[in-house]
Amino acid sequence: MTHPYHDVAIVGVYNTAQALELEGHDAESIALEGGLGALADAGISPSEVDGVVGQFAQETVLELGLGPCTRRPNMLGIPAVLEAAALIVSGECEVVLISAGGARLHRERSHTAPWTRPANELVVGYGLFTAAEFALMARRHMIIHGTTTGQLATVAATIRNNGHDNPDAVYFGKGPFTPDDILSSRMVADPFHLLDCAMTSEGGCGLVLVSADRAGDRADPVWILGGATDSYGPAYTVAPVWDYKTRDGADPAGEVGARAARLSFRSAGLFPADVDVAELYDPFSFEIIRQLEVFGFCKPGEGGAFVEGGHIAHGGELPVTTDGGTMSFSHAGIAAQQLQRVIRSVEQLRGTCVSHQVVGAEVAICSNGGSGALFTDVMLLGSERP
Amino acid sequence: MSTLAPQPRGIPVPNPSARSQEYWDAARRGELTFQRCATCGFIGLRAFMVCPKCQGSDSERATSAGLGHLYSWTVVWRPPYPAFVVPYAPCVVELDEGFFMISAVVGCEPEDLVAGMRLSVEFHDASDDIALAYFSPVAGV
Repeated sequence: MTHPYHDVAIVGVYNTAQALELEGHDAESIALEGGLGALADAGISPSEVDGVVGQFAQETVLELGLGPCTRRPNMLGIPAVLEAAALIVSGECEVVLISAGGARLHRERSHTAPWTRPANELVVGYGLFTAAEFALMARRHMIIHGTTTGQLATVAATIRNNGHDNPDAVYFGKGPFTPDDILSSRMVADPFHLLDCAMTSEGGCGLVLVSADRAGDRADPVWILGGATDSYGPAYTVAPVWDYKTRDGADPAGEVGARAARLSFRSAGLFPADVDVAELYDPFSFEIIRQLEVFGFCKPGEGGAFVEGGHIAHGGELPVTTDGGTMSFSHAGIAAQQLQRVIRSVEQLRGTCVSHQVVGAEVAICSNGGSGALFTDVMLLGSERP
Repeated sequence: MSTLAPQPRGIPVPNPSARSQEYWDAARRGELTFQRCATCGFIGLRAFMVCPKCQGSDSERATSAGLGHLYSWTVVWRPPYPAFVVPYAPCVVELDEGFFMISAVVGCEPEDLVAGMRLSVEFHDASDDIALAYFSPVAGV
């Protein structure tokens, strides 16, 4: 199986310090620090960059004096990485820098984070925000399949324990957590307790992608095996309805990401059983259960049982979100926490994780988004060029 | 007990658009309206220009009987804005005509919420210009 993405390697990744608040930074400065860190990790001079993708693409071109240079102001995570890969395989660029960051975006603590509060006219009057939107999807799964709050709590405890053990996580050392600890935290939007939800923090990150020719003499390139993106429309604008679909024979909206996963596995020539580690996006505990089903790791309705018995924990058959994810590692808003799923996958495949390294990991899946936001993006990464 | 109630004035209210003004005008009259495709019969709450099912451009507003059932819900205890009074219960209602909408359940306790419960629409003013559709339980099937 060949695919143009297989000619692209990730050769630099970096996370800045992640914290509840980063003094002296704004989103642009911490994103730039993330990008420069990724270039240093790659051993590539800023002057070699001929493409910048991400939140501050134009500002980065100016700041680093890169003009004339390709710039793609992509505000997402995995879609930004796939756009960077496409720039390389099309021949427009040889070295593409991606960066993102968030700081000073959420200091008004009487409100939930600004990116969680939709202003769309059909939802705003009902006090919806991300936790409530995702709860409407989770509830539907509980109604259809009997998924339990204990199973949701098992996911949250597992991921939060990953962060508890990660010295780089914002909530390092804040655990350990049992499912009962999750269930006894205060209710936010039933069935989600506080500890079922992503936190908010500040931080930046970056990645560097190059063509296979430029990656050839490096010791630890990580290869893009496949990737694709699914959307059912703008997030938080219409009712998040599990069964919504308009195309005959299509997956319903609750299964958003199923198509993206099928396309990704097809590009890679792999199957879910080939995956060693799953760096899944964890905005809310339930979304892990849903993704395990729609990505093909288990059948519909079996995700709740799948997460039990240590299956997704460190040392389990399919470790999930091993750095602590958005619940414990960091959630800086905009795209940083989305790119960090890709970055953690790269660290796992390089074998350089400071905590919860999956020994001998060769294939990683990572994801962004979730059913409550009506989009899910998927990537497969590998330590060997296919 | 904490009987679920409509939100008081002071919450963020919708800004109607040129396309949605008809919906909000009807809401002020106490009518719940939806869009129906004249070509394939697809219906939805949102005023679409192009039918998302058949891509036809011939559609019209129609008035719902305002009856449906509870498809999904949540009970919110930490609101996005301080103006919201908790607890409240955002929900997805499946109307008998066959379309889905976001609303909130009122007139019962959070513990009474159960999948499939019958609901009827009612309107409450959120500002001088905006009336919001809420749903309350009704007896029978």
